[in-house]
Amino acid sequence: MQRKAQIGRAETTTPMEEIIPYTVETRPDTGLNNVKLGIWLFLASEVMLFGALFSSYIILRTGADTWPLGATILNVPLATLNTVVLIASSVTMVMSWASLKMDDVSKYRLYMGATVALAFVFLIVKYFEYTAKFEHGLWPRTSTFLAIYFTMTGLHGLHVVGGIIVNTFLLLPGAKMWKTQRERFTNRVEAAGLYWHFVDLVWIFLFPVLYLL
Amino acid sequence: MDHPSTVHHVDHGHKPHEHAHDLPFWRKYIFSVDHKVIGIQYAITALLFLFFGFSLMMLMRWQLAYPGQPIPLIGNLLGMANAPGGIMLPEFYNQLGAMHGTIMVFLGVVPLAVGGFGNFVVPLQTGAPDMAFPRLNMASYWVFFIGGVVMLASFFVPGGAANSGWTSYVPLAAIATTGQTWWLFGMVFLITSSLLGSVNFITTIVQLRAPGMTWLRLPFFVWAQLVTAFLLLLAFPPLEAAAVLQVMDRVAGTSFFLPSGLVVSGQALTNTGGGSPLLWQHLFWFLAHPEVYVLILPAMGIVAEILPNVIRKPLWGYRFLVYSIVFLGFMSFVVWAHHMFMTGMGTTMSAFFQTTTMIISIPSVVILSAFFVSLYGGSIRFTTPALFAIAFLPMFGIGGLTGLPLGLAATDIHLHDTYYVIGHFHYVVAPGTIFALFAGIYYWFPKATGRQMNRVLGVLHFWGSFICINLVFFPMFIQGLAGINRRLYDGGIQYQHAAPLQHWNVIQGWAAWGLGAFQIFFIINFFWSMKRGRPVTANAWDATTLEWVAAPSPPGHGNFPTPPRVYRGPYEYSVPGAPTDFTPQNQPDTGPNAVRDFHAETLAHDKFKLLEK
Repeated sequence: MQRKAQIGRAETTTPMEEIIPYTVETRPDTGLNNVKLGIWLFLASEVMLFGALFSSYIILRTGADTWPLGATILNVPLATLNTVVLIASSVTMVMSWASLKMDDVSKYRLYMGATVALAFVFLIVKYFEYTAKFEHGLWPRTSTFLAIYFTMTGLHGLHVVGGIIVNTFLLLPGAKMWKTQRERFTNRVEAAGLYWHFVDLVWIFLFPVLYLL
Repeated sequence: MDHPSTVHHVDHGHKPHEHAHDLPFWRKYIFSVDHKVIGIQYAITALLFLFFGFSLMMLMRWQLAYPGQPIPLIGNLLGMANAPGGIMLPEFYNQLGAMHGTIMVFLGVVPLAVGGFGNFVVPLQTGAPDMAFPRLNMASYWVFFIGGVVMLASFFVPGGAANSGWTSYVPLAAIATTGQTWWLFGMVFLITSSLLGSVNFITTIVQLRAPGMTWLRLPFFVWAQLVTAFLLLLAFPPLEAAAVLQVMDRVAGTSFFLPSGLVVSGQALTNTGGGSPLLWQHLFWFLAHPEVYVLILPAMGIVAEILPNVIRKPLWGYRFLVYSIVFLGFMSFVVWAHHMFMTGMGTTMSAFFQTTTMIISIPSVVILSAFFVSLYGGSIRFTTPALFAIAFLPMFGIGGLTGLPLGLAATDIHLHDTYYVIGHFHYVVAPGTIFALFAGIYYWFPKATGRQMNRVLGVLHFWGSFICINLVFFPMFIQGLAGINRRLYDGGIQYQHAAPLQHWNVIQGWAAWGLGAFQIFFIINFFWSMKRGRPVTANAWDATTLEWVAAPSPPGHGNFPTPPRVYRGPYEYSVPGAPTDFTPQNQPDTGPNAVRDFHAETLAHDKFKLLEK
């Protein structure tokens, strides 16, 4: 019923998404809306991307004559701090979504702002880590360990930047949608949250693999 | 969504064309979010790339047929760096080879089969008003376009385009000229594009099926696209990772793929070494083997749509076909190292991968057999799409069967890297997939334009292409069995074992140029029919699936004047007792089971509505 009503509306100048079913509401037989399925599929491909890199790490390490212990080269306390920062940002991300569920948009702004701020903290710490390495003459070309360290954390850093862009959009211009389509906006925040947890999760694998093992 | 409300809705008179007319030209045809426009954009771009990639091959064929002789007509236009005096340099031949493979696979066949046909047909066949994420769809096309431009631009950088083969094996690729870096960045764009596309396809097929369109009522083409999308989604990211690592090797001086102690042109490399060249091959083929199925599955889907329509019989063994293609999709992830029997990865690995390779041939044979069995007892309408679709069967059969000796480690030792390999996969991809794609163009052209393509030109195009393409590829089996290496820029003229087979290169050359000439019939037909073709009704082929029976030709904005509802499977042709020899998917049952089915539908329906609340 709902779907038909939407198609009827296409006669005026409604945007394309309006005639597409299940952008907001759940499809009964799959139990999903389009956004949620889409973001999970995207994350599946991200798992394959990082999975390939972790596999490469294993193959390179097992094939190497010598492999340094990460802690002897990298800064474990700073990375621990960064782990705490990212986990905290995941918590604030969930809280921002929960605030929307409870119709409290001012709390949403607070928590989403905190998420973005924590993401910046992560990048700043990472910046100090990187420059400290460069100052000691440690470059990606120095050893295969440093090569995979810079490649994997660099790619992860790009994902953090992507998360900052999306979350800032949802915090500032994108939040206008809250006034007109509350459920749709909440779903968007949920999808961004799933992505953000994934970025967090990748770091939780990267930290022990590169710094501790 | 019950019947009275459908009628009610018709009264309101949804006019799908109105909205589209409101948009300015650039929103309607260039930055469009309509899946049909994007599909056509993809198809035309991909056809242009196919023609360009084929032109590279026509140049290479001259060099093979008449090594060391100046290329006629255009030889002097190729530039001093590539062909001084019109005579092709080996370096240029290598560029052409690498870029022919890359362009045909990543910029031609896949965008046409998935981006073109998938975009245009999948929402129409599933009964969806559009793709699930229309703006993502547009982004996917434009990212693909940028990737294509990067690839083409790489011909003009110093040292020319990538020249290490479409496989970009290291260490050769890691020390190659700048074009290789452009190739890697181009690939990152193409991978991103297909990632966006595949998310969109899966979501569309899972979420936007019309009411009544259950999984086993989906046309086989949609199943093929679903499995293809999963392959693209999960197999491409590892190549993206590999491309990032190779970029690091080339730009940042790392040694992911470079072993220790490498000496190039008498000079030791300064890299730290310790990397693994084999790692690149694993990451590359982890993508590139599923990629082979990305090339063939949509083609099978197209053939499965056209065959029942032209033989006026149901597709034989629809369920088995579905199970087979899903199984094929899973298996395609565990066969990749059969490309690497000669790398010294070990006999245990070889044994595993040759076993999985033999297993994956079973579902392929099931699918091909089901197509052949479908033909039995049919009264075939030899339309142009029928010619191409039927020719697909033996051509793909030759391609598939000649693959078996390559999949067995022992026989592969002799055949590896010979022309036999080229013959094998070209039979799969060229007279196989590309014929199916031509069949698809002739079949869905009336839906996209409202006009029929010319039959005489179509038949000429078919027979010319069919004869020429076999003359190009069949001799390759002979050359390959004689042991001629596939990468020799002069066709092996200095090798004694190749001498008795040199004359084939001349025949193959002329056949290739003839093949090019016969495409002119297609190009003329394509443009002429767009303006002057015979106008058709909505259901141009007396077909059963939703794009023909529920949408006008061409479909308007939102596709369906009334939201379709599906009552039956996709291939109900020549049903005994039915008034016509085709029963549309959206036609309610009127037979003896109608009452029972109606109640079942109503019950399911009420459940649907309850859940919606």
